[in-house]
Amino acid sequence: MDAAAARQPAIEIDHASFRLNGRALVHDLALTVTQGETLVLLGRSGSGKTTTLKLINRLLEPSAGEVRVSGRRTAEWDPIRLRRGIGYVIQDGGLFPHFTVERNIALVPQIEKWPLERTRARVQELLGLVGLSADLASRYPQQLSGGQRQRVGVARALAADPPILLLDEAFGALDPITRAEIQKEFRALQQRLKKAVIFVTHDLREALLLGDRIALMEEGRLVVNLPVAEFATSGEPLVRAYVEAFSGGEAR
Amino acid sequence: MSFWDFLIAHRQEVLSLTVEHMTLVGVSIFFAVLIGIPLGILITRVPRLSKAVLGSANVIQTIPSLALFGFLLFAPWIGARGARMAILALTLYALLPLIRNTYAGIRNVDPAVVEAGRAMGMTDRQLLWQVELPLASGVIMAGIRVATVVSIGLATIAAAIGAGGLGEFIFRGLSMVNTQLILAGAVPAAVLALLADVGLGALERRLGALKGRA
Repeated sequence: MDAAAARQPAIEIDHASFRLNGRALVHDLALTVTQGETLVLLGRSGSGKTTTLKLINRLLEPSAGEVRVSGRRTAEWDPIRLRRGIGYVIQDGGLFPHFTVERNIALVPQIEKWPLERTRARVQELLGLVGLSADLASRYPQQLSGGQRQRVGVARALAADPPILLLDEAFGALDPITRAEIQKEFRALQQRLKKAVIFVTHDLREALLLGDRIALMEEGRLVVNLPVAEFATSGEPLVRAYVEAFSGGEAR
Repeated sequence: MSFWDFLIAHRQEVLSLTVEHMTLVGVSIFFAVLIGIPLGILITRVPRLSKAVLGSANVIQTIPSLALFGFLLFAPWIGARGARMAILALTLYALLPLIRNTYAGIRNVDPAVVEAGRAMGMTDRQLLWQVELPLASGVIMAGIRVATVVSIGLATIAAAIGAGGLGEFIFRGLSMVNTQLILAGAVPAAVLALLADVGLGALERRLGALKGRA
C-alpha cells in the first residue's frame, strides 16, 4: 500500500442519514475507520447500529450525506464488487445450512471463480487461522457447536482477504466462556491481519476488549466517539449510564 | 367372476388405460412445473403480483372439475382432441400447489441466511440457484406431490370428455351398472395415487434433509 492509500480512511461515513417511512434510523452520522483500526459501534437495539453497517456495504443507501469506502462513494461502487471486498459476520454465523463447512468458507472464492486448488488451500489455511481442526471441513453447520459455527462465520468473511470486516453482534449468541475465548482470539487475529473493522455490539465489556475506539449510538445519532482508554472516564451522561449498568453488582 | 379374475381377464386393457392415465398426469405435471415454479419465483421477486397470481390460481381450483372439462369442450383449437383438453385442465388444477409451495418455500428461507449471502456479494441469480431454491426444494417437492396425487384422481373424470385413462372403466361401469368395471378403474387409480404419494414423499424428505442435516 502506498503512502497516500495508507492515509486514506478505509471507511468514511460523511454526515449520512437514513430515513424509512419518515423516521430517521440514522441521523447525520459522521465516522471514519482507518486500516488496522477497530471501531466498536455500541448502543442498544434500535439505535441504528445495524443500519449503519448496511449503509457501508450498500444493502441500504443513505437518504442524505454519503458513505465512502476506500475513498469512493458507495453509490459509485458496483454493489457486488463492493460487498466482495467487505467481510460480513452476523450472529450465529448466518451459514448456509445446506453447504458443508468447506463450501461455506469457500463462498466468496467460489463466486469469484478462484481455481479449485487455491480455494482448497485457502480453506485449510482459514480453518487453522480461526482455530478449527481440518477434519471439520466436510461437516454441516448443524453438526457444529455455536462457537464452531461462529468461527466458520469469521473464516468465511476472511476468505477472499477483504480489507474491511463488519461484524454485527457476531458473538452475541455464544455462552460466556466460549464468547470470552473467541473474543480474545479475534483480538489476536485483528492484531495480525490489520483489517478495518467495525464491530457492532450492545455489550460494553466486549466493546472495551475489542475496540480501538468506541462510538456510542442512541436513536440513530452518534453520542460520543472516543478512544477506548477515554471512554470509561467520559462525563457524558449516557456513557455513565452504560458504565454503571455494566458495573452493577461489582465491587468498585 | 371375482374382481381379480376380471382384472386378469382384462389385463391388456387395464394396462393400456393405466399407461394412458399416467401419461395424462405426467404431461400435465410437467407443464405445471414448467409454468408454476417460475411463476412462484417471479412473485417472490415482484411481490405486488403475488395477490393476483395466487388469487387466479385459487379461483381455478374452485371451478368444479367436471365443469372445467365441460367448458373446454367449447374451446376452439383444443376442443377436437380429448387428451389435449384434459391435459390443459389438469395443468391448470396443478398450478396452485406448485405456485404456492414455490412461493412459500422461498419466503420461508431464513432471512439471515439470504442476507448473509447478499452481503457477501452474491448476485440475485446466485442467491436463487445456490441458496433459495435448494433450501426451498423440499417444500416445492411437496407441492409436486400434492399436485400429482390430486391429478391422478381428477384424471379419472377426463374420460367424460373422451380423453381416456382409467376413468373409461369407471364411466362404462356407471352406465352399465357394473361394479366390477367401476372397481377396475378406481382401484388401479387409487394404487397409482398411493404409489405417487409414497415415492414423491420419499424424494421430498431427502430434499428436505438438505437443510436439516444433523
